[in-house]
Amino acid sequence: MTLSTDLTADLTADRIAAPNCAADKSRELFKLVFVGHVDHGKSTVLGRLLLDAGALPQGAVDRVKTVAAETGQPFEPAHLLDAFEEERRQGITIDSTQLQFRTARRGYVVIDAPGHKEFLKNMISGASEAEAAFLVVDAQRGVEEQTRRHARMLSLLGVNQVGLVVNKMDLAGWDQQVFERIAGELTEFLQAVGLTPAVATPVAALEGDNVSRPSARLAWFRGPTLLEALDGLTKISPDAGPLRLPLQAVYRFDERRILAGRVESGAVRRGEEILISPGGKRTKVAALAAWLDRDLREQAGPGESIGLVAADEFFNRRGEIVSRPDDAPLVTDRFKASLFWMGRRPLQIKRRYKLKLATAEAEAEVAQILRLVDSSTLKPLAADRGEIGADETAEVEIRLQKPLALDLFSRSKATGRFVIVDGFDVAGGGVVTSAEEGLTAESGFFEGALRARCEVFEEFYYDLGEMNVNKAPGPRPLYGVGDPTPLKGRSYEYPEFFDIVVFRDKMVVKIRRGLVAGLTPLDQHAYEGLPMVNGRGFALQVKSTEDWRLARAEWAEMTPEAEPLLAARWLDFTAYRRIPFGRGDLVI
Amino acid sequence: MNHLQALEAHSIFILREAYAKLGRLGLLWSIGKDSTVLLWLAKKAFFGRCPFPFIHVDTSYKIPEMIVWRDKIAAELGLELIVHQNVKALAEGMGPQQGRLVCCRALKTDALNEMTRERGFDGLIVGVRRDEEGSRSKERVFSERNREDEWDYANQPPELWGQFKTDFPQGHHIRVHPLLQWCELDIWRYIEREGMPLIDLYFARDGERYRSLGCAPCTGRIKSQARTIPEIIAELERTSVGERAGRAQDQEDAYAMQKLRRDGYM
Repeated sequence: MTLSTDLTADLTADRIAAPNCAADKSRELFKLVFVGHVDHGKSTVLGRLLLDAGALPQGAVDRVKTVAAETGQPFEPAHLLDAFEEERRQGITIDSTQLQFRTARRGYVVIDAPGHKEFLKNMISGASEAEAAFLVVDAQRGVEEQTRRHARMLSLLGVNQVGLVVNKMDLAGWDQQVFERIAGELTEFLQAVGLTPAVATPVAALEGDNVSRPSARLAWFRGPTLLEALDGLTKISPDAGPLRLPLQAVYRFDERRILAGRVESGAVRRGEEILISPGGKRTKVAALAAWLDRDLREQAGPGESIGLVAADEFFNRRGEIVSRPDDAPLVTDRFKASLFWMGRRPLQIKRRYKLKLATAEAEAEVAQILRLVDSSTLKPLAADRGEIGADETAEVEIRLQKPLALDLFSRSKATGRFVIVDGFDVAGGGVVTSAEEGLTAESGFFEGALRARCEVFEEFYYDLGEMNVNKAPGPRPLYGVGDPTPLKGRSYEYPEFFDIVVFRDKMVVKIRRGLVAGLTPLDQHAYEGLPMVNGRGFALQVKSTEDWRLARAEWAEMTPEAEPLLAARWLDFTAYRRIPFGRGDLVI
Repeated sequence: MNHLQALEAHSIFILREAYAKLGRLGLLWSIGKDSTVLLWLAKKAFFGRCPFPFIHVDTSYKIPEMIVWRDKIAAELGLELIVHQNVKALAEGMGPQQGRLVCCRALKTDALNEMTRERGFDGLIVGVRRDEEGSRSKERVFSERNREDEWDYANQPPELWGQFKTDFPQGHHIRVHPLLQWCELDIWRYIEREGMPLIDLYFARDGERYRSLGCAPCTGRIKSQARTIPEIIAELERTSVGERAGRAQDQEDAYAMQKLRRDGYM
């Protein structure tokens, strides 16, 4: 069958854009979202922009015109984006649409976000990807509830480049004062949430005034058309920051063991030393893997999906983050965050949720609500009510059931933000605003909520210059169940089977075949006839169940004055440790 | 990174997320250019291995060359290929003469849903793109389908920061859309860059070529002299006709695709 579709019939060379395809091979592509209160005309503004740019295939425009004719409605540019039958009937946008178009300067992905309160989650989905946003305000109705809420969400989502569009200037009599009043009011609100508008422009989108062409009816306006305003935004260059490569998986399809993931920031190079957190393992990049030889490379930068072969084989897993050793993420099980909630039921304090951060997952709870605000009025709400409702934002303290590698959002976006899953749905999101260093300062072991700090694998040396025993600098790893441990170091060597007794945390860590087998509270641990060491790696002279009972009793009563005596009675320094010589950073 | 590299990297990220988070996974390979790009990206994502089967929903009305090429490429690339037909509907004489949307529903949607259930798939990777038509422009990357394979398009879950829908009740499945942000020209420029295999129905013969591939009775050729990929790219850069203008089922009704896709159509 041959349809009468004739491509050669439309070879007009002066088009602004190829339909639907914004970027050519090399030019930049800019992601832009249009937000604002319901009915203020976001879809109409965007529909007009796309129409003027010739960015829509003839079929799509014809279909909208046909439907308009059939239903006796005037042609509405918004319907070019509002594809769902329900959207056109009700005249609202339900879900975000993404379309592409091109100007002489560059390509755009434009995201039309819904403005209805009920669809805030869809607005967030659309806006979360954007590099810049335009807030659309109805000139007649002015700033409304969702205008402010969307502005607040933009600031939380980290969309810092914002423009203002005052639409429907025709309904406001093309009045300069109306435009200036609204732009001023909104600028003030944006500043309150930490944003500064880059540009403000008046338009009447239905007929296209000042959208892509200046309008005589807005002759008093000296600023840019909307199209010029778009082109005036600055492309934010990909994140050059610290190396962050969250692992998606470890593949073993053949003899190679490939750590797969996307470089979120920084660069990774062959031969360079890397640290894998929270495990804290250090190794080198042996190679970057690829299916086709022509894709093989020496280094990879932000946004690249890569496969990394490490020089040493460790037990690695999804959720860990590769960084440089001297520029590592924090490892912590608690942090403070700015959080927004969009769940159907409120977030309950101290209830377990699943938290997803980059590729890691952990059980989490909000331990404390520090501040609760209405996201539109910014008015404080009573923080002590123990829950966060839909469309509210809060400053909270979050506790995790296991430590994760993460960053402050201000330092690294991709590893400083997270979502919270309630039941089957992503119901909230947040950014890390401050993190306690608690776990990063000390190495140790964890199993679920159980923790044991310890220094059994730390290297100590006698510094000939300082005439002191010092701890050698190095990573402070955290070990989870199943993780292998470094049984032999320069200053220690442990057997393959032993128990680590951490008196200060009242915990026993079982090491079996060199792997972490689990953590048991001190009072529940039964002596198994295996060697025991304390949290510093000194042998604990326990040879029987009776010894174990006695040791526990005596250490439980320990006072600082009694410690040397207890140590002399129970500990043997030289069983597994020795003290090598060193000077400064040089250790023999 | 240039535009194509960025698209490739993002699609690979999505494929790996799907493989890491969804249990039983399959890739819908329609033999057309988009799902063949998907196949190529899967080879790249998994370093030459494809750790899941490729599924072809065969309506029996496909353009015959498609079947020949499918079997040749599957053998060459060592793909695990599943071909599924709605045998019952075909035995009862289903075809486009019964109405295009009725036929699409029976031989594509129902066949796909039947296969999904039979094999217990948790995830199906599909090569749809936002720029194809309206309802696809509103899709999520991970898009849930319920036990009846329906898409609750008016109530889609939030999707932000590369965190996809990976929690869902048993019996539901996820349609994974790694090519969502690609557009038609991106696909062609990528095929050109990669020098990857492609069925030759897209290239002009006797002044005509296919721009979009489907079933023989419902897919039209366009007038074209483009015999090579650069010529196709040059042609597409200058047209304002939609890609699916040659797909008859789309023209049946203003909301045809929305309705088909609500019930599980790809």
